[in-house]
Amino acid sequence: MSSTAAAPVSRYLLEARGVRKSFGPTEVLKGVDLLVEPGKLVFLIGPSGSGKSTLLRCCNRLEEPDSGSIIMDDVDLLSPRADINAARRQIGMVFQSFNLYPHLTVQKNITLALRKVVGMSTADANARAAEMLALVGLPDKAASYPAQLSGGQQQRIGIARSLALNPKIILMDEPTSALDPELVGSVLAVVKDLRDRGITMVIASHEMNFAREAADKVVFLDGGLVIEEGCAEDIFLRPQEDRTRRFLAQIRH
Amino acid sequence: MTAADAMSNWDRFVFTFFNADIATKYGWEILQGAGVTILAGLAVVITGIGAGFGLAALRAIGWKPVNFFIIVFVDIFRSLPPLAIILVLFFGFPNIGIVLPSLIVLWMSLGAVLAAFAEEIFWAGITSVPKGQWLAARSTGLTFAQTLRYVILPQAVRLGIPPLTNRAISITKNLALGSAIGVNEILGRANSALSMSANATPLTMGALLYVLVFIPLVIASRTLERNYRWGEH
Repeated sequence: MSSTAAAPVSRYLLEARGVRKSFGPTEVLKGVDLLVEPGKLVFLIGPSGSGKSTLLRCCNRLEEPDSGSIIMDDVDLLSPRADINAARRQIGMVFQSFNLYPHLTVQKNITLALRKVVGMSTADANARAAEMLALVGLPDKAASYPAQLSGGQQQRIGIARSLALNPKIILMDEPTSALDPELVGSVLAVVKDLRDRGITMVIASHEMNFAREAADKVVFLDGGLVIEEGCAEDIFLRPQEDRTRRFLAQIRH
Repeated sequence: MTAADAMSNWDRFVFTFFNADIATKYGWEILQGAGVTILAGLAVVITGIGAGFGLAALRAIGWKPVNFFIIVFVDIFRSLPPLAIILVLFFGFPNIGIVLPSLIVLWMSLGAVLAAFAEEIFWAGITSVPKGQWLAARSTGLTFAQTLRYVILPQAVRLGIPPLTNRAISITKNLALGSAIGVNEILGRANSALSMSANATPLTMGALLYVLVFIPLVIASRTLERNYRWGEH
């Protein structure tokens, strides 16, 4: 497929290197690498303001990085020739505050991009939506409006909406932090299920127990830099860096 | 003692404002005025809201020179009294060779004023849609235009409906200003009937007709608000 034989095929599905981003005088990302192998679940932890959300948004160019490179499935997303709308189809995104479209039913929330971006017929898109709703355990909510659902249900719809496009990777920005504690489990159950299906995910979250159970890699970000990364056991039980230890002590307490 | 002096105050009141003979004589003519008011009103509402919506959507693209002209247009037409615009178009423009029929002048003036207010209302709606809506839509690969069309504008319209219906009604009521340039709408006809008959009954009828014309609009606006609630209770 590649005519440039010299270009090595990356073992990473997502390969972000040296990503920098400033908002005005504040440099939020100071050269961050994020490497994600296919089928893996990567957890992004760090204090608020550490750059987690910005890093995720740079990965699909909802924020434009100032410098660095972002290679998704061997496509350079920062190249001026990159078709960013096509690329975004391959990169699902789930938001802390769900961001469902309040004026559309659950079904239309899921089918909008299928119809307008993928070009599916309404019938096919509806069938796909039904499939996704079954997968997130809400098969009877197609006709509901977001305002009629609990936070946990809304977030599962948010996941269904991104999953419907059959993305190569899903980025989740604190998917459970806006939820009441009793609703967190239902969302994490869906995430766990996706992981078991081999879907690649990067999740910014502080659900430590879940991370220990499900994450393949944990990346600790602070002050716009990756301070430490490794498997969940190592980061949570044997952190090497002081800042990591301090952070973990804070959120644990 | 004359007959008039013999009248009680009540009789005089009824004779002046609710005179059946006068009502019969001028009723049909004033009713035709209602037809003009309704048609001109529809034209003002449709073009004004349509143009305001188009301008707001255009402004959302964020092209600076275009936005400058939109903002200048909006600010000028929001601050000018409608009667001033009407008089300039009707009495001023013929001096530069542009002669417009009075009904067209009335329609253009009020349409432009409503467009200016509607643009501002839709724009306020667009800017108050949370940024997360843009992020969510763009993250699924929808283009800017698709996001605007399918996600942002429908929400902006809902937010705009209550202020917009109020504004549309208050501007459309200014159709009565058409009487100043000889448009034969309700007030124009009632006013000439008043001069002919030396009796205020035509004005009563005019007032009644305005109520009959605008009450359905007020009710319709309430229904619209209710229908735009998307599953909230």
